[in-house]
Amino acid sequence: MSEMRNYISNNKKLTQFVVLLVIFFSLCFLISPSDSNILWRFPPLIAGLPLLINDCVSYLMYEFMPIEIYDSEIEEYEERPLIKEVTRALSSTVLFCIQVIREILLGGVKTIVTFTSWDFVNENKWAYWPALPWTVVCSAAILLGYSLRGFGLATLAGLASMYISIFGQWEPAMETLSLVLIAAPASFVLGLFFGVLAYRNKSVESALAPLLNIAQTMPHFSYLVPAMVFFGVGDHAGAIATIIFATPPMIRLTILGLKKVSPEVTEAALMSGCNEFQLMFRVLIPTARRDILIGVNQVIMQCLAMAVIASFIGAKGLGFNLLLALNGLRVGQAIELGICIVLIAVVLDKLSLAWANKQVDYFADLNFMQRNKYKIFLFFLLFFWSIIAYIGTFLFEEGFNYFYLIPHNKGITTETFWQGGVDWIVDTFFFQLKAFNEFLIISVLLPMKHAYLSMPVIATFVLIMGIGYIIGGLKSAFIVGFFLIFIAFTEWWDRALITAYMATFGVIVSALIGITVGSICAQTNITSKSIILICDTFQTFPSFIYLIPVIMLFGVTDTSVLIAVIVYATIPATRYTVEGLRSVPDTLHDAGSMSGVNRLQRWLKIELPLAFPHMMLGVNQTVVFALFMVIIGAMIGTEDLGQYILKSLSDKHGIGNGLTLGFCVAFIGLAVDHLIRTWAEERKKALGL
Amino acid sequence: MAEKITKKTIDQPVIKCESVYKIFGNNAKRVFRSAGGVIDQDVFQKAGCIVGVNNATFELFEGELLVVMGLSGSGKSTLLRCISRLTETTAGKIYVEGRDLVAMNNKELIELRRNKMGMVFQSFALLPHKTVIENIAFPLQIKGNSTNESINRAMEMVDLVGLGGRENYFPRQLSGGQQQRVGIARSLAVEPDIWFLDEPFSALDPLIRKEMQDEFLRLQGVLGKTILFVTHDFDEALRLADRIAIMKDGIIEQIDTPANIVLNPATEYVRKFTQDVPREKVLKIEAIMDCNAKSLKIGKLTISKDALIETVAEAVLSQAELVRVTNEKGDTVGVIDRLRIINVLFGDKKSSG
Ligand SMILES: Nc1ncnc2c1ncn2[C@@H]1O[C@H](COP(=O)(O)OP(=O)(O)OP(=O)(O)O)[C@@H](O)[C@H]1O
Ligand SMILES: [Mg+2]
Repeated sequence: MSEMRNYISNNKKLTQFVVLLVIFFSLCFLISPSDSNILWRFPPLIAGLPLLINDCVSYLMYEFMPIEIYDSEIEEYEERPLIKEVTRALSSTVLFCIQVIREILLGGVKTIVTFTSWDFVNENKWAYWPALPWTVVCSAAILLGYSLRGFGLATLAGLASMYISIFGQWEPAMETLSLVLIAAPASFVLGLFFGVLAYRNKSVESALAPLLNIAQTMPHFSYLVPAMVFFGVGDHAGAIATIIFATPPMIRLTILGLKKVSPEVTEAALMSGCNEFQLMFRVLIPTARRDILIGVNQVIMQCLAMAVIASFIGAKGLGFNLLLALNGLRVGQAIELGICIVLIAVVLDKLSLAWANKQVDYFADLNFMQRNKYKIFLFFLLFFWSIIAYIGTFLFEEGFNYFYLIPHNKGITTETFWQGGVDWIVDTFFFQLKAFNEFLIISVLLPMKHAYLSMPVIATFVLIMGIGYIIGGLKSAFIVGFFLIFIAFTEWWDRALITAYMATFGVIVSALIGITVGSICAQTNITSKSIILICDTFQTFPSFIYLIPVIMLFGVTDTSVLIAVIVYATIPATRYTVEGLRSVPDTLHDAGSMSGVNRLQRWLKIELPLAFPHMMLGVNQTVVFALFMVIIGAMIGTEDLGQYILKSLSDKHGIGNGLTLGFCVAFIGLAVDHLIRTWAEERKKALGL
Repeated sequence: MAEKITKKTIDQPVIKCESVYKIFGNNAKRVFRSAGGVIDQDVFQKAGCIVGVNNATFELFEGELLVVMGLSGSGKSTLLRCISRLTETTAGKIYVEGRDLVAMNNKELIELRRNKMGMVFQSFALLPHKTVIENIAFPLQIKGNSTNESINRAMEMVDLVGLGGRENYFPRQLSGGQQQRVGIARSLAVEPDIWFLDEPFSALDPLIRKEMQDEFLRLQGVLGKTILFVTHDFDEALRLADRIAIMKDGIIEQIDTPANIVLNPATEYVRKFTQDVPREKVLKIEAIMDCNAKSLKIGKLTISKDALIETVAEAVLSQAELVRVTNEKGDTVGVIDRLRIINVLFGDKKSSG
């Protein structure tokens, strides 16, 4: 009986969908493409929004709430706008922090200048902070790895830092590291703080929820524009953009983790006599640490991704060099730089995990030497390598001391090797690559793009809102409708369609690959563990690293961007497929086997339907990843929204455009996110998961 | 110290509840007030409220072990939570050692929990990121004791519950029984006077449960704490209880000694609840002995009047003659024959009372 009803109701949705498609296509054919036709393209009603934002921002920055400030240079009080003062103070604080770390690693005078003056430094030549010899930093990394985890981590840290140094990327790498070492802890602390606040206070949580949603679907570039306007150009602006970008996932995961703590654990803590502070910091946060650590991992990943992109607004380091290399199509160098970034990401991630999981031994009865053996050893190493570095000054000619600091591009380089490899591939497979490229562009991408662009706006609305209605009723229809109408009323509807087409293409291919690979790998324990490990590793790579290899194969074309999108967006699809399939209860497998199904049937009839909702959440992630990558693709030249965001970076009044465009991208993501999530939840409920 | 406590015992109960109500729901207080003391489940349900505890009044004295029983959802855990103030009561008064619990401020409450109360949870509620020893030392560290001191004390507790050698394991590396031992050790680490146990053994399999009950009785024999113990298992209740409280829909239907609960159920519900309980597990010899038959021929076997029938049944059944029943001083207070035992074991249940 209930099956019968189910069948009918399923069919009802199907009928609705068919009707919807019919309406959609007839609209497409009926409405003629002309700019005056309101059904073809909506008028840009909120085209003034960017200007409005610009005005607001400049009011805030230059006029809002003037305060009296004592200026020590002209020895007078001066009126300055509040916000500007605040951002200036913030900027200089952040900049100072970065500089301290940077100068510890690389040497310099600015820190000393901060406490004295330029005159002092110029008069006293000795007042120059020397860099730590790279050998010391390497040893410290090895020692840290060893003390936290043991031999394996020590090896990883050692190899990574030696690679960076020997390949002559020491300086930019340390510049990036100094930015990340400020941004990551700041994001962590901020994320934890807001997460805790939201956990304890419902209204904070509901206020944060939409912000978090938007923040997580805003493309990287959109963060750069406001950061630039409020904080100027330079490392500090880069760091602040990075912090703002990396904090939302931390907040989200903190809330998630805290909510998962079982109430009995809280009660046990209360019965132990915890006060609120102890409850939070000694019980809830440590108990939720699994999720919080995923947050840390995300923070580090996002920080590195952003620290590189922040080179657009003047952050120094690997990203800047990478940008130059990519622009100059020096693929070999780009690969080397990319590897450095990945290494830093992986090592930082592993170190932070090991640190969080470190166990204390209460029973070891240690004396002072034993307790501090690592510190003492480090001290000894500092001494030792400093002497070696000193000796090095006599050893090497040309003014380079390889025991002290291997200068940029003076190390070993594999650039020619990579370049040779790339040239070889391109030479050997020139025709195949070209043919593939042309085929893809001419037979697939262009028609698809054309199809997207020839949709009348009203037809798009009917289709998307109709799907919303079928999935989640009127409410969903209106929610996605709102997201779309915002985009439709800006001047960038066509650009948004191009973004959407690239993302759609990427998502479809990634989802297909991801689900196939995931399904195959989920068949045995070992393969599923290894594929998850692979996904973890790949997820640590900052997003645009993926652009490097494809550029070398396909040059600066849409194909490159799309392939990068596909590679990047396949990760979540694969991971969620494996997780979904693995979480199908064993009893169901057994039940299936008892009724005599073969492997394929079991997969098709039992596992796939049950795992499907979870897999769809993976597809959801895929959409967000794909959108991000499409936008980042603007770096190598596409004609979608991303390109405009990038342009607004170089525009003095770019903030309005930048933010509005960012919202457009975010809203595409949010609309899809809403549809998939609603559908998956409904399915989960129906399946009793 | 010991004298002081004994003195206290005489004039005041350790825990005293006076018409305690707990209503769940957003506007519980208002609904409760407008109800004017008439608690009707359905009316409350319509107003969006759920009755957790309904007019609980009882006293618990030093060293006493009260077992709280009842079906799932009858409010046992809620009652425990009220007395430990993990939830705020809707109405009523609770006194712990004469102090008004409801009126306590946060600081006093924390002091009370740190020094007087211990609680064991059904699902263990161990901190997953801490080892056995750290879990047990946790309440001590929270109290502000030095790490060294806490760890040493925790080590004693580890030995007390028989987990020596596993102190550096994480909870996930332990079996359920072992985890619950950690829970027990943790709740005992601060030497609480009042001990709450909410279905501590129900997640364990029968063999381990039996073992843990023995362990618990051994500990209680040593420590002699005032205990509130929640369980679903009548056998468990009978093994442990000084008194049993039976709850239904938040109401304490009856609170009495095991024998009285079984023999003189106060309500129909309690009668039904206890009707399948084997009498020999509850009744003492005293309840069925013959006090007037002193002149008859009595055999050599002597049993105490306080012995449970279950424990001496076999011995009595193997005797052809009457068996002497003595009180604690060794005076003969009655006799008992096989027939009476057989009546209890196999006879009609109603007539055995
Ligand atoms: N936080 C809460 N919010 C709303 N209702 C609650 C809450 N906690 C308990 N209740 C309700 O109060 C009633 C008593 O619950 P309680 O947990 O005390 O039952 P219990 O006797 O301990 O049951 P069990 O044997 O299953 O543990 C139940 O009807 C339950 O639904
Ligand atoms: Mg309960």
